[in-house]
Order: sequence, then C-alpha cells, then structure tokens
Amino acid sequence: MPGAGCLGSDRRRARARLLVDAAVTRRAARRKQRTEIGPPVDLFEYQAKELFAEYGVPVPKDKVADTPEEAREITAAFAAEGTPEVVVKAQVKTGGRGKAGGVKLADGPADAYEKAQRIIGMDIKGHTVHKVLIAEATDIQSEYYLSFLLDRANRTFMSICSVEGGIEIEDVAHSNPDAIARVPVSPLTGVDYAKALEIIKAGRIPDEAAEQAALLAERLWAMFTDEDATLVEVNPMVLTPDGRVLALDGKVTLDDNAAYRQDHERFADASSTDPIETRAKEKHLNYVKLEGEVGIIGNGAGLVMSTLDVVAYAGEAFGGIRPANFLDIGGGASAEVMANGLEIVLSDPSVRSVFVNVFGGITACDAVANGIVSALGLLASRGEEVDRPIVVRLDGNKAAEGRAILTEANLPVVEQVDTMDGAARRAAELAAAAPAKGA
Amino acid sequence: MAIFLTAESRILVQGITGSEGRKHGARMLAAGTNVVGGTNPRKAGQTVELNGTEVPVFGTVAETMAATGADVSVVFVPETGTKTAVLEAIEAEIPLCIVITEGIPVHDTAEFWAYACEKGNKTRIVGPNCPGIASPGKSNAGIIPADITSEGRIGLVSKSGTLTYQMMYELRDIGFSTAVGIGGDPIIGTTHIDCLRAFEDDPETSAVVMIGEIGGDAEERAAAFIEQNVSKPVVGYVAGFTAPEGKTMGHAGAIISGSSGTAQAKKEALEKAGVRVGKTPSETAALVREVIRTL
Repeated sequence: MPGAGCLGSDRRRARARLLVDAAVTRRAARRKQRTEIGPPVDLFEYQAKELFAEYGVPVPKDKVADTPEEAREITAAFAAEGTPEVVVKAQVKTGGRGKAGGVKLADGPADAYEKAQRIIGMDIKGHTVHKVLIAEATDIQSEYYLSFLLDRANRTFMSICSVEGGIEIEDVAHSNPDAIARVPVSPLTGVDYAKALEIIKAGRIPDEAAEQAALLAERLWAMFTDEDATLVEVNPMVLTPDGRVLALDGKVTLDDNAAYRQDHERFADASSTDPIETRAKEKHLNYVKLEGEVGIIGNGAGLVMSTLDVVAYAGEAFGGIRPANFLDIGGGASAEVMANGLEIVLSDPSVRSVFVNVFGGITACDAVANGIVSALGLLASRGEEVDRPIVVRLDGNKAAEGRAILTEANLPVVEQVDTMDGAARRAAELAAAAPAKGA
Repeated sequence: MAIFLTAESRILVQGITGSEGRKHGARMLAAGTNVVGGTNPRKAGQTVELNGTEVPVFGTVAETMAATGADVSVVFVPETGTKTAVLEAIEAEIPLCIVITEGIPVHDTAEFWAYACEKGNKTRIVGPNCPGIASPGKSNAGIIPADITSEGRIGLVSKSGTLTYQMMYELRDIGFSTAVGIGGDPIIGTTHIDCLRAFEDDPETSAVVMIGEIGGDAEERAAAFIEQNVSKPVVGYVAGFTAPEGKTMGHAGAIISGSSGTAQAKKEALEKAGVRVGKTPSETAALVREVIRTL
C-alpha cells in the first residue's frame, strides 16, 4: 500500500490529539444544558482548510486576514519564502464568489493590500465579507471533484468523484452525467486505501494523479468520520504541473447533534449570525430569525413549522403579514423558558404581535398557562414592558384548565383563541393593525 | 389488527431506570401496555417500580427477551449511549426497536441502520428522535399520550410529534388503528412507505393520514409509492412552506438545501399521486372527515 506508513503515523497523531480534544469537549458538554439544538455547522473555506491540514489533506500554503494590512503582511511573509504570488479569496458561506469579484490574484504585498481592501466589506449574495484567505497561487494542470456526504435517500454515506471539477457539480451532472461517479460507502467498513482508489478510478481521475488522490480521499474520509461531518467536499482537487495533488477549495458541514463529543464551538461565527439568534442560543432556545411581523412560540418542531405556515397563510388577507421567527420551547414550558422565549421574541423590533401556540400532549396546558402568567410577571419584574398583544391558543391535555387560568389572570395583553387557524388569523390581524415599533 | 404494535406486543424498555424510561414506562403501563421488563446492565436482577407495578430489570436485551418473551424494545437511553443500545437490540434480533432518543449524531444512526441491514433486517427500527407507536386501545410504545384519541379506522404516519398529537386529537371521534411517529432525522429506520404498505394490508385501517415536513425526498418517494400501490384513500399534510433555505427548523432533517426538499415540491408530488393535501392541520383533519364519510 503506497504511502501507508506515513499515513498511519499521521492518523495516529491526529487521533491522539482528537482523543484529548474529545475528552475536553465531553467535559464541557456535560456542563452545558442539553436542550440546545442548533443548525448544522457550515464552515468557512479557511476553517475547512485548517481541518484538511490537521488530517494531512494537502492544501496550498495559506493564512486568513481580517484587514488589508494583515493581507499585506501575510503576502510579504510568503514573498520572503519565495512565493510572492497569492490569491485573495473572500470568506463567505455562499457560492459564486469568483463571479462576484471576490477572488483576485495579487502579485505581491502591495497588490494583496489593494485587492483585500476591495474585497473586505463587499456584499456577496447578501453575505458581507469580513475575512479574506491569502493563499499561495497554485499552477493548475487539471481540476477534479471529490466529496463524502450523507446519502439520505439510501440511508448511508456516499462519495462523489469526478474528473470534471472546478465548477458546480450540479452542472456537470446535467451536461455530462457519465463523468460523475457516485460510490456508496458503508458506515461499517468505511474507506481504506483500496476503497479510496476504487472511488478515484470510478471518477476517472487519470493514472498520473490517482495514487495521490486516493491518499487524499482516505484522509478526507478520516476527517469525515472523526469530525462527525455530513459533507466534506474538495472542489477543485487539482493536479499541478509538478505532479502534486492539492485541495484548492473546501466545503465542510458538521453535525450539530455530535457537538457533545466534538469541539465544534471553535467554528462558531458570531459575525454572520443574527444577534437575536446568538442571544437565544445563549439561553438554550431553539430560535430562528425570519422576516415578518408575528412572533411565534410553540411546542414541538413540526407544530411550530406548521404554525409559521398557518400564520403566513392567514396573513395573506392582511397585506402579507408573515411570521417573524421560529421558536420551539419543547415540552415542559416552564415559566422561565416561557419568559426567556417571550423576551427573545419581543426583542425583535419588527414583531407587532405574538402567537403562542401550544398543543398539550405530554405537556399539560394548565402548566403552560401558569408559565405564561408567571412569565409576564417575571418580565415586568425585569423591567421589560410587554407592549404588544399576545394571542394564545391552548389545546389538548388540560386545555380547559389552562384557558381558565388565563381568563382568571385577566392579563391585558393576552387574548385567547381556541383554534390554531383562528388564533393565527387574529395574530395576523393584530399585527396588521399595530403601528411598526418606533413609527 | 393495527400495524407493527398489537394488543399481544410485549414491550421492554432500554434505559428503564433513567428518568425518561421510568416516566414513560409508567405512562405506557397506565395505558394498558404490556411492559414486561427493561434493561440496565448495572442494575440487572433488581426491579423498578412504575406506578405500583414492579418491573424486572435485566442486563441485556437478549436476557429480557429470553425471560419475558419481549418482542418490542423502546429505547430511552441518552444519545451518548443510544448507538450501543440499538446495536444490542439488533444483535438480539428483537422484531421491533423504537428509538425515542433525540439528538443522536447521524453517523451513529447510519451505523446502526447499516448493521440492521447487514443482519438481514430482522429488527424493524422506528426513529430515532420519534414519539413512537400507538395502537389506541391495544398498546402504546413510546411517548404518544394515550388519552388524546380513541380506537378507530384511520392510520397515521408522521415525521412530527406534536403534529401527530394534534391530528389524533382533532380526529378523536373517528379514532385511529395505529399512529406511527417515524421521526424527522436525516436517517430513519421505518419510512412513510413502510407504513403506507402496512396500512394498505391492514383490514382495520380504512384511510391513511400522512404528515411530512421539509427536507429530503421521502414524501416524493412516498407519493410515487402511493400512485402504484395504495388503494385506500390518503390525506396528506406538509409543514414548512415558510422555512427559508439552509436553516434547520428544529428537526435535524428539516432543512432545505438548494431546490430540493421544499414543502411545495412535496405537496405537488402528493397531489399528483391523488393525495388530497390540507393547507393547515385543521383543514387536513376536515379532509379526512370527508374521506371517511364517503367510504
């Protein structure tokens, strides 16, 4: 097996380090409340490449810069090492950077400064560029494609490999479907060098690059499994004129369910996350910010998703009123969770009414009603004035008791509606009637 | 008859001594379910008291099966140990393993699913991250509240827990043969199609409600299956029309990537297969009433 010895020691090192990291993470996770469910973690290119380097996937020399000055210094250091030509690459979590002018060649420190100055702050498909990656310019002979990913439909893993890389793989799939190999990968047997070579050959990677590409694939698989990724993509994987195979660009998605055994926190990205979402996460709330006027609180992911739809549907009759957020408070709905939820939802200035939609299954509605009453008391004691109407729909387990509690509490901002569709309509109506905050 | 879970089912609870296992073990017993035992390797030989009933605790699934004749396992073991628990259930060849635990890394699910396949699918896996199965009046395996509905002729298969409860409650006067919560994770054991096939073959089921949500293409494939193989009326509901691309909505699998997995595409596929799709859960329930009336 060519290169196996070297690979073995690399991986042993990587694994030893990971074991230490994992132990630290496990300790941290135990301290963390376990109600938090977040989105999968998409990495920036520079983060993906840091991981590549850790796992021995060859990448060009590179370094990330926050400012044009840093870009100049990094390029100067590269020049001192004999490689003054660099690529300045916008770091955004979206495709089409090149077309948008976010990837530029620079021939030295001064040029890198200028290019970085132009790219940092640029808007690419709604994403603001905060960082650029300065990468040593690489001569390219051929561009290939390689990835490992979750194959939902077949409930297994899959590798996609193609001799045609560098462009959107979806385009290749249309123009030349035969050039794409989809190779199933068993979670039980994984990818050893022989399997990696099978993938590379299936993708018709030419012989001159095959051995190195297979080695790259084997290491990429180790990263895919050890990091609990759901996607690792190298596009392009290039062959240089001097015969090296390198990962020129990378995309990685990590599984947030594995956060308890991984150190994924280090990839957190406050700058591109909505500030309300960040605060919600700190309070262990499963919140997603949307563009709309009706704040939503509910129990259960499916019910809350459905609530968004029902509000948007009802809002059509009121000039296009939309849901302002997704917030699943799960089972239980204690006063504290309800108070935190209301506080987060109301902290969004575009919210003009709130719809609390709870179906009591295991959760009892009387407990939820008490939660709402205490939550409003709690908010008042924190000095947070609740000045927007709250429409509450309680149904299911102990609904009658819950409704009675709210009726008796006689809270001026709370209005009860018995059905989900009716409550959504009322919340949309109230939002449409209310002036925008600050108006 | 019901599907997958009948009055004769004998349930064991993996993780019976934990807080979730105890709480829901007691609820299952109260609903009249045969909870015959549970596992915890560190407490083998003891019993656990659930609402006044002493339930024996065994070291392994195989031991529980041998001693009690258990043929269904409900897994409440926390996510750090779920994979090991499910692998053990598969190894013991228990016919049905319902995985309630949420937050399981998808690499773990992929592994136990691959193992179940390698072992010839002798164990039907439901879930993970699901509310379980309820055959009202017969048996209740999981966390679906037993008292929100009644026994009847509707079959229900759903990716979502609370929407399952909501639908069972709205149609409580007609009642359900079996409700299966299959879970919303990217990889699940039992699919919409598996349930549709079983409901089609179940003489006690007259109509089926299918609840889906954004992400993946399970609903589209179910639509194709219905067109070819299901003669009973099917009413559908899909959640997530307003979900933006690239954001997860609570369920790990509920994410739209690119142009695939949208609620609109799922709705269209289902309607093309002759499934009537409701705009809201209540409208869906109303459609089911209409369908039942005309039978």
